[in-house]
Amino acid sequence: MNRHAIFEKNSIVLTVGILVAVAIGGLVELVPNFYLKSTIEKVDGMRPYTPLELAGRDIYVREGCYLCHSQMVRTLRDEVERYGPYSLAAESMYDHPFQWGSKRTGPDLARVGGKYSDDWHVQHMNDPRSVSPASIMPGYPFLAKAVLDAESMTGHLKANAIVGVPYTDEMVAAAAADVMAQANPDAAEDLDGFEARYPNAVARDFDGNPEAVTELDALIAYLQMLGTLVDFKLYDGKADINLR
Amino acid sequence: MAAKKEVDAISGVETTGHEWDGLKELNHPLPRWWLWTFYICIIFSVIYWVLMPSWPLLSDYTRGMRGHSQRALVGEEVAALQAARAEKGTALVDAELDAINSNPDLLQFAMANGRAAFGDNCAGCHGTGATGFVGFPNLNDDEWIWGGTLDQIRQTILYGVRSGNDDAHTGDMLAFGRDGVLDAAQVRDVASFVLSMSGGKGAEGADLANGQVVFEENCVACHGDAGAGNQELGAPNLTDNIWLYGGSIETVMETIQNGRGGVMPAWVDRLDEATIKSLAVYVHSLGGGQ
Repeated sequence: MNRHAIFEKNSIVLTVGILVAVAIGGLVELVPNFYLKSTIEKVDGMRPYTPLELAGRDIYVREGCYLCHSQMVRTLRDEVERYGPYSLAAESMYDHPFQWGSKRTGPDLARVGGKYSDDWHVQHMNDPRSVSPASIMPGYPFLAKAVLDAESMTGHLKANAIVGVPYTDEMVAAAAADVMAQANPDAAEDLDGFEARYPNAVARDFDGNPEAVTELDALIAYLQMLGTLVDFKLYDGKADINLR
Repeated sequence: MAAKKEVDAISGVETTGHEWDGLKELNHPLPRWWLWTFYICIIFSVIYWVLMPSWPLLSDYTRGMRGHSQRALVGEEVAALQAARAEKGTALVDAELDAINSNPDLLQFAMANGRAAFGDNCAGCHGTGATGFVGFPNLNDDEWIWGGTLDQIRQTILYGVRSGNDDAHTGDMLAFGRDGVLDAAQVRDVASFVLSMSGGKGAEGADLANGQVVFEENCVACHGDAGAGNQELGAPNLTDNIWLYGGSIETVMETIQNGRGGVMPAWVDRLDEATIKSLAVYVHSLGGGQ
């Protein structure tokens, strides 16, 4: 009857007891995700972000885009109809942190890559109302003027490598050069090397300003890549391992 | 349980039997409805474990007797939706584009389908009313850069413009000024001449005769002798006073100086054949279909 008295009369014992109880709940929920094979689908096409895309992703996080835009097409019919195939866990496996978001003031961006032209993105970032009169998105005209700090991407790649993104030493060493190669392929010294390191990466002048590699270049490169890496013609969504 | 129940004399309520410095606690048990709700929740959870996917195991997880899968479910729902559209959708895929307009049933389906798909996919650039924006063509007017027949519209939607697709429309307006083909005075003169073709006003002091010479030497290859354009090359008609980037002298000079090359994505991988055909019919109907 009075065995629980030890918990009630001794705060340390109570604290340890709470910790054990919560830890069991946490472990049961979290740990299986690290070893169950069905947690992350096996897909072809996923690769680490190019340094330019990663820079764009950092700007996406910095400007708080996730507060209004999700990157998660849910397994609901109307979402699949509007946005395309539902998001896979594999598609955000190189995201630290992921950008699934929890609120859609603006539309979902998980499959926005290739949906609009670069010109559209330039105009839309400069003044959203110029291409979408009812938009309440703020303008980001300063991105086109901010020159991107390509050198700093070396450190970003290293940090991502530490948390498990498979950036090789070669990729880290070439980070700054790869930023310039992707945003200005005509002047790149080692475009072949860049394309070998990041298969299917698209290299072009994204912001229409060949004079400088800007933050807008990086952000548009990131947006145009979103949702395009996995080829859903090859992905077997009906396979047992991929159902959940 | 304490051996004997002690009842508080003032409130008439049982106490818990605990005493702290002479203070005793009244024993108010949880309400019955709350307890029963709690027990029912526990029973529900056990039933849920049996029926639905729940517990993680060493290499897999319990699938549950119902074999529920949200992904399989959405697959079925999308398949059901496609099946519901299939009868007319297949008819649409099979039909010649020109025949759709003379089949009221099919036309109604294509228009409804096209309007919905336009809102989801095209309105971002061309506007909800397809009136376009600067650099993104108005689809309601009679000017068609790449052709306004049903087949041409379908072709443009499928493969896009300068989209990188192998079958995309290609061809750029060259940067005559930036690339040094024309000097500043020539750019001004030819821009003024181009504006004069649709009755517009050119730059002050521009030499229209010289502009015409420059036009004939540089522009007619794509835009035609009379400036009426060439849809094969995506060269717009310059005589109709419809401007994609604006018809001010400054804008036309900028176009000649730096060239233009707007991009439309290819939709062949994003939309199915029935949707693309519906869009072609819908866009064609908007006003200026040829």
